[in-house]
Amino acid sequence: MANLSELEPGTLPPEAGALRDEVREFLAGASFTPRCDSWLTGADPAFSRALGERGWLGMTLPERYGGHGRSPLERFVVIEELLAAGAPVGAHWIADRQTGPSILANGTEEQKRRFLPAIARGECFFGIGMSEPDSGSDLASVRTRAERADGGWTLRGTKVWTSGAHLAHAILVLARSEPLDAGDRHAGLSQFIVALPDERVAIRPIRGLSGEHHFNEVVFDGTFVPDAMVLGRPGDGWRQVTAELAYERSGPERLLSTFMLIRLLHGRAADTADPAARRTVGRLMARLWALRQASLAVAGALAAGGTPDVPAALVKDLGTRFENEVVDAVREHAGVEPDPGSPDPLARALAQAVVQAPGFTLRGGTNEILRGIVARGLGVR
Amino acid sequence: MGLLEETARDILSGPDPWPALEEAGLASVGVPEDAGGSGGTLADAAVLLRASGRHGASVPLAETGWLAGRLLAAAGLPVPRGPLTAAAGNGAFEAVRDGDGWVLTGTLRRVPWARSAHRVAVVADGRQVVVADPALATITPGENVAGEPRDEVTFDGVRAERAAPSPVDAAGLRRWGALARAVQLTGAMRGALDLAVRYAGEREQFGRPIGRFQAVQQMLAELAGEAAVADVAVRAAVRAPDDEVAVAAAKANASRAAGRAAAIAHQVHGAIGVTQEHGLRRFTLRLWSWREEYGDETTWADVLGGRPGDPWATLTGR
Repeated sequence: MANLSELEPGTLPPEAGALRDEVREFLAGASFTPRCDSWLTGADPAFSRALGERGWLGMTLPERYGGHGRSPLERFVVIEELLAAGAPVGAHWIADRQTGPSILANGTEEQKRRFLPAIARGECFFGIGMSEPDSGSDLASVRTRAERADGGWTLRGTKVWTSGAHLAHAILVLARSEPLDAGDRHAGLSQFIVALPDERVAIRPIRGLSGEHHFNEVVFDGTFVPDAMVLGRPGDGWRQVTAELAYERSGPERLLSTFMLIRLLHGRAADTADPAARRTVGRLMARLWALRQASLAVAGALAAGGTPDVPAALVKDLGTRFENEVVDAVREHAGVEPDPGSPDPLARALAQAVVQAPGFTLRGGTNEILRGIVARGLGVR
Repeated sequence: MGLLEETARDILSGPDPWPALEEAGLASVGVPEDAGGSGGTLADAAVLLRASGRHGASVPLAETGWLAGRLLAAAGLPVPRGPLTAAAGNGAFEAVRDGDGWVLTGTLRRVPWARSAHRVAVVADGRQVVVADPALATITPGENVAGEPRDEVTFDGVRAERAAPSPVDAAGLRRWGALARAVQLTGAMRGALDLAVRYAGEREQFGRPIGRFQAVQQMLAELAGEAAVADVAVRAAVRAPDDEVAVAAAKANASRAAGRAAAIAHQVHGAIGVTQEHGLRRFTLRLWSWREEYGDETTWADVLGGRPGDPWATLTGR
């Protein structure tokens, strides 16, 4: 409970202001069409490389691996600016957010040298190989198997919801490498780096509600993974993915997926001097300000070496529900129908948001699972 | 838990906390020593205020130190001993220059704890702080739904005891009050959460504690989430008390969270929670009162939504 109620506010370092200005200046000169939920649906490899050139990918990785040795809070500033602008950050998002740090924490020297500099340049994108057709919330039930082979392992199984696998240069796969021990379901799991393309890996689109392609099904049909591409210790996969998930929760992408709607409604309310719309904008801004403080506090706790898993879970719960609240609140005042092809940016953004909204409270751990984590933290579970 | 918080808990969970708070010098924490206060930072004062909310104590702590004490100290006036209160005098109240003093006439509405305050400090017309003894005024008792005094105070040509140019205008004083109530709200939410968690672990139905049911667990998690987010946001605002955006957002969010927190705490408690004998009312009645005082979530939403410029620049302060 202590870490639930005594979360200290995060403090951005003094250099954050200048960094924020630099990112805004870059964004003002960049060419892209802003969109809602751009970290999932806005993939633009050229934009990713441009960020890499500016030193805004792999920011927290050490310089000897091509990173920039910046603090997690400086990274926080950069990514929240990119998200608020609706910039196309989807291509590199997974590699920058979680795979890079995970390889740094668990990888061999060879793996670090091979992948981290490329991630920081925006030239190596990763897919997440966790969920499966029969394993969603219950991740320990994964059935993808890794079997011993000469000089490595052979993977068989299917992963789903792998965002950007069709653009990725590699995928980090969680597989069962030892038979299931009913007494300890978390034992016997391992993580494998599979470089793409590979003739024994089939990647097929799983199209979203409006036909858009960001999710994939990835089938491993006897895919060979050399020993050198096992991440961390065989059998230690559960601990590693749990740590990886900590990077996934409570970041600004759990609050800002629909921020563009607030900005657009604010502009419209100013044009039409509509006090009801202004009030709604203010209501949403107040909530977002508070949630951002909480997200920043968790980032600060992570940066200080803490394991704020319960606060991270509750920030993601409240944050992603807020992303949905924004959609309905803005709809009340928009006066336009959601229309993906409209010349009106608000109609377009609404169309993107409405379609993406159901995913906000599913991805990265459903809100019900997250609340279960919080309940355990409260001692009632 | 720090020493200050522990001391506060011991005193505030007792039967008659105010004399003990004064004796321990905790009634004017956050007010500089040279002005007659106990010294300490605003964050220290927030620890105490939060504790008063968490332990359901009925004390004029926000009014004495946070509002009147700081107001008087900032105006260069001595801070009297005893419980104090503060108010902004609007159109129905005026302070008129009379020789080298000021004469007070008119009515102040819903002044917290006025009937028991040793002195009231009024920001008159947004420009002048005037100090008077409420005993010289006509007091019409009123209260909020938690039963805390919110009195009407009418002066009929009373000479101010002291006066000085005000360091804040009426809006500034309201901001101070909003931040104080926001801090108190986070304490009360935590108090309600503690009770709800305990009750869910004790109350058995269908042969097990109700906290074993996922439906109840999910509600408690939401309550914990609201309380924790409101708390960290308010702590951040306490670090930037002059930042209008921070205070507006922290109070708006705390007021919003208060309603949800109270509703969940009651739902978990079932019917016993809505009785006068049960302790939950010490928290929920205050949540419903304090969320309105010094501006509810709509009032502060209007402040935020009415600010010019890009909302992202407003939110990030740059």
